[in-house]
Amino acid sequence: MYTDLVMEHFRNPRNMGVIEDADGVGEVGNPTCGDMMRITIKVSDDVLEDVKFQTLGCGAAVATSSMVTELAKGKNLDEAVDITNKQVAEALGGLPPNKMHCSNLAADGLRAAIEDYKERRAKAAHN
Amino acid sequence: MDNLIYFDHAATTPTDPAVVEAMQRWFTTDFGNPATLYNLGLTANQAMETSRAEIAGLLGAEPDEIYFTSGGTESDNWAIKGVADAHEKKGRHLITSTIEHHAVLDTMEYLEKKGFEVTRVRVDSGGLVDPDDVRKAIRPDTILISIMHANNEVGTIEPISAIGEIAREAGVIFHTDAVQTVGKLPVNVDDLNVDILSLSGHKFYGPKGVGATYLRKRVRVTPLMHGGGQERRRRAGTQNVPGIVGLAKALQLATDRMAEEAVREQAMRDRLWQGLQESIPDIWLNGHPTERLANSLNFRVEGIEGEAMILCLDMNLIGVSSGSACTTGSLEPSHVLLAMGIPAELAHGSLRLTLGRDNTDIDIAYFLDVFPPVVKRLRDMSPVYNK
Ligand SMILES: Cc1ncc(COP(=O)(O)O)c(C=O)c1O
Ligand code: FES
Repeated sequence: MYTDLVMEHFRNPRNMGVIEDADGVGEVGNPTCGDMMRITIKVSDDVLEDVKFQTLGCGAAVATSSMVTELAKGKNLDEAVDITNKQVAEALGGLPPNKMHCSNLAADGLRAAIEDYKERRAKAAHN
Repeated sequence: MDNLIYFDHAATTPTDPAVVEAMQRWFTTDFGNPATLYNLGLTANQAMETSRAEIAGLLGAEPDEIYFTSGGTESDNWAIKGVADAHEKKGRHLITSTIEHHAVLDTMEYLEKKGFEVTRVRVDSGGLVDPDDVRKAIRPDTILISIMHANNEVGTIEPISAIGEIAREAGVIFHTDAVQTVGKLPVNVDDLNVDILSLSGHKFYGPKGVGATYLRKRVRVTPLMHGGGQERRRRAGTQNVPGIVGLAKALQLATDRMAEEAVREQAMRDRLWQGLQESIPDIWLNGHPTERLANSLNFRVEGIEGEAMILCLDMNLIGVSSGSACTTGSLEPSHVLLAMGIPAELAHGSLRLTLGRDNTDIDIAYFLDVFPPVVKRLRDMSPVYNK
């Protein structure tokens, strides 16, 4: 059902865990199937220095989470927010049609974490 | 798949080599069409009728109350659509439960679209139907009650005999889907008070794609298949003679070892559940603590998701299901678990293990070794489990 690359990421997820002193946190849920993802990011000079994820979900959800952290790490924020669900799925060699929605979790989670970081920075600038 | 440890016998079972052996000659040397009148056909017909009589005998039925079909799905479809069609002048109301197999539920939905009305009686947290709820659902225009004998996901055994009594008093035809019980529990159509019963060969070490319908004498059903007049004009199509011979052989063998095997499988299952509870926090049983098939164990694991568990176990050469095999691939959590009041997120994290003849204590020990670390790994990965 899954590509070898999906299974490889499921077996050995990259960047799994939580950054304790994160600069941004993104939490998204998947209404279709009740699954959850949390992404924490560390930013310096507008570059994603570190990205970690936690995911409750199927094989596709875990693999796309893992892949999005790989794609995002080292990118500057403007590039990273533009990562699409489709890109994540393609980087994994594709997903079964009924699992395409799982990739939403990953890109949305990353975007939510970057939003959170920007909000925090805006607030800090006000104070 | 020699090394696979198979804990999914509710999905299907390996065909018993003795069954394959019994089937063999009806494919090759004795391949005749049972409807033909020369010796080759007559021999095939004789084998088929012997099989029919054997199956009838094992179910406490008459041979001419047994009709061969392509399996559980066809038998369920036929019972429901066949009764609906033959009795719609009397009424257009049917009763079923919320935890039936999709072969029943989807057929009921189809009839609803055609203007029939369906009442789905609830189940309790163990998955049990209350016969009194069935009684209350009966109306003057009720033409069929269809309640499964045992559920395929959680193994709960329903009070079929009591429901059958209620149906009989009310003069309503009663069908049971006994696909999960035939070959595992004693099934006698008179003790169960049923008018129609579905069974399927591949659930009791027989071949796939062959099953039977028990249809009590004088119960009218419209055929699904029209054609050559086979099965006393009720199910057209040249019969699957090798499959039918295999079906009878499999049921005979399953009946012979039923009592012993149930004790053996239940002991293994109970040890497995005991071991899991000792090694993994926050897991709970789905299904009835006692009114349950001896081989069935369904449980939910807080904070993780079923498919991820299946994939991890598959990497360790263990075959299990999350809910029903037919629902993997869909995203909906199991309708059975939801009907039992289990919240969606826990239903997603449920696992079904169904034991069988090929399982041994070694398999149980292996599972108890492999599974706790899988749970730990997935919980470490989970954003919602922080204990
Ligand atoms: C309770 C129940 N009913 C019906 C079926 C369908 O039977 P078959 O696979 O023979 O069509 C199954 C098996 O999946 C089942 O478990
Ligand atoms: S994330 Fe729910 S099915 Fe993939």
